[in-house]
Amino acid sequence: MNTETVTQAKPVRRKPRRKPGEGGPLGVLAWVLALCAFAPIAFLVLTSFHAEVDAATSPPNLLAPLTLDQYRLVFSRNITPYMLNSLMAAGFSTLLVVVLAVPAAYATAVKPIGSVRGVLGWVLSTKFLPMIAALLPVYLVFQWLGLLDNILALVIFYTGMNLPVAIWMMHSFMAEIPKDVLAAAEVDGASLPLILRKIVLPLASPGIAATGLICFIFAWNEFLFALNLTATKASTSPVYLVSFITSEGLFIAQLSAAALVVSIPVILVGWVAQDKLVQGLSLGAVK
Amino acid sequence: MSTATSTPPAAPGSIATARKNAEAREKGLRRRRRRPLMPALIFLVVVTQIPFVVTIGMSFLNWNILYPKDTGFGGLSNYATVLSDPRMRAAMWNTVVMVTSSVFLSLFIGTGLALLLNRKFFGRGIVRTLLITPFLIMPMASSLMWKHLIYNPDYGMFNGILAWLGQTFGFVAPQPVWVSVAPMTAIVVTLVWTWTPFMMLITLAGLQSQDSDITEAATVDGAGAWQQFRFLTLPHLRQYLELATVLGIIYLLNTYDQVFAITQGGPGSATTNLPYEIYLTAFRKYDYGEAAAAGVVIVIISVIVANFGMRMVSSLVSIETGKKR
Repeated sequence: MNTETVTQAKPVRRKPRRKPGEGGPLGVLAWVLALCAFAPIAFLVLTSFHAEVDAATSPPNLLAPLTLDQYRLVFSRNITPYMLNSLMAAGFSTLLVVVLAVPAAYATAVKPIGSVRGVLGWVLSTKFLPMIAALLPVYLVFQWLGLLDNILALVIFYTGMNLPVAIWMMHSFMAEIPKDVLAAAEVDGASLPLILRKIVLPLASPGIAATGLICFIFAWNEFLFALNLTATKASTSPVYLVSFITSEGLFIAQLSAAALVVSIPVILVGWVAQDKLVQGLSLGAVK
Repeated sequence: MSTATSTPPAAPGSIATARKNAEAREKGLRRRRRRPLMPALIFLVVVTQIPFVVTIGMSFLNWNILYPKDTGFGGLSNYATVLSDPRMRAAMWNTVVMVTSSVFLSLFIGTGLALLLNRKFFGRGIVRTLLITPFLIMPMASSLMWKHLIYNPDYGMFNGILAWLGQTFGFVAPQPVWVSVAPMTAIVVTLVWTWTPFMMLITLAGLQSQDSDITEAATVDGAGAWQQFRFLTLPHLRQYLELATVLGIIYLLNTYDQVFAITQGGPGSATTNLPYEIYLTAFRKYDYGEAAAAGVVIVIISVIVANFGMRMVSSLVSIETGKKR
C-alpha cells in the first residue's frame, strides 16, 4: 500500500535494455561460476535421458543417444504413491500452518500487548532446537497413538516444524498493513474472523502465498522424520530414493530420473518464489 | 461500561467501581488481543516443546528396549556414556568440523557471488536462478547425485574429467575413490554446494539494502572499489553476515541426509555427526536413554548458538521494519 504510492510518485524510469557483454569481465565471471555450480545438475538431467549402458562409461559419454526409458521405468516402479504422500503431507501441513499462523501473526503484528511480543521471541526459539532431539519422543508418542506409517503423523509434525517460520514471515508482512484501516474496523465493532477475512487476508495474500510456498518446500524435502515415522503406506518421495543408496549394478540413469522427478515440484516452486525464499529462510529477518 | 454510567456520580465508591470496570475492560481487551495467538501457541507447545521435555526426562533413564529388564532410573549415567564414548566424542568433533567448515566456505563463496550479482550484467536473472537451484533440489536427491554421479570412481563426473584430461594430454589419470579417500571433504563439498545459495541470498539482500547515494558519493570523492568495499559495504554487511552465520550453524547442525546417503557415517566413524549418531543409537542400538542424553547435548550446543541468533534476527527485524515507517 505504502510502497505503491511511493513508486507512483517517482518519475517512471524505463529499464534500459541490456546487451550481451554488458557488465564486462565480472559479468562473464558470474556466468562461468553459475554454470560451474549448475554443472552437476546439468549432468544429472543429461544422464536421466541416457540408457544405463551409456551412463556407465568412463569418461562419461555425453553424446549418447537420448531416451525416455528411465522415466518410464521410474513410474513403473511405483513412484506415484510416494509423490502423492509427499503432496498430501506437504499440502495439508501447509494449509494447517496458514490457518494457525494468520491469526497468530495478526495478534503479534497489530497492536501487540507486552506479553505477545515476548511470545514472538519464544516462537522463534523453538525453531532453533535441533529436530533430531525431538525424533525419539515424537516417534514414541505416534507409536503410542497408533499413528506410525500414517500421513497424519507427518502432517502434524511438519505443521509444528513450519509454524514458527510462518508466524515470523507473516508477522513481517502484516506489520505493513496500514494501522488506520484495522483501527477503523475495530471501532466499527467488526469481529476478529470478519477483520481477518475482509481486511487482513486480501491485503496480506501475497505474503501468505509466499509463506505457504516456503512451508511447502520445507515439508516436501524433509527426510529424517519421513524415514522414521513411516514404513510402507505413508512413505514420501525422499524415502523412495533410499533404495538407491546402496544399489548394485547399473542404476545411475534411473536414479537420475527419479531424483529429478521428486525434485521438480520444489525447483519450480522455488524459481517462482525466489524473491521470497530468502525471507522464509531467514525467518522473516531479511526482505 | 453500563454500571459505571448508571451509578449516580455522587455515590461513594463510584470511582472505585469505575476503576474496577476499566480494569475489567482492559483485561478483556488483553484477552481479546491474545486469543488469536492461542491455537498456534498450544500447537507449538504440544508438538515442539513437550518432546524436548520428554527427551530430558528420558535422558535420566536406563532404557534400552533390547534389555527390558534393566529399565529404570539411571541418574547421570547416560551423560557419562555420551561424554566418554569414543563414537559420541568422534561424532561431536565431526559435527564441529562439518558445521564450521561448511558455514565458513559457503559464506565466503556466497558473499563473492552476491557481490558479482549486485552488479548489472547480461542475463543476471538467469544467473541468479541457476545459482539458487542447488538449494532447491531435494537434499536426499542431491546427496545421491553427488554420491553416484560425481564422486563415483568408475563413472563419476570428477574422475570423468580427470580421465578426459589424461586422454587429451597423454598422462595416466588417477581415479581416486573420493568417498573413501576424503570422506569428510566429500560431505563438506556437498554441503557447501547446497548452502552457498542460501548465504548468497542473505548477503545479496544486505547489499541491495545499502543506500546507493552513499556509494555514489564515495565514488565522486574518489574512493576506489576496494576502499568502498572495505569501509562502506563491509560494515553495512556485517549484521547480514552474522545472521547468515548463525542461521547457517543452526540449520547445518541438523545435517542428516547427506551423511545418511553419501557415507553412512563411515568409513568407521569418520563422518558420523551428532544427528546421525543419535539416529543410530535410537534406531539401531535401541538405547533410548543414551540417544536422549545425546539429544540434550546437541540442544545445549544449539541454545548457546541460538542465544546469539535470537538477538540478531530480532534486531534485523526491527531495523527492517523501522526503515519502512
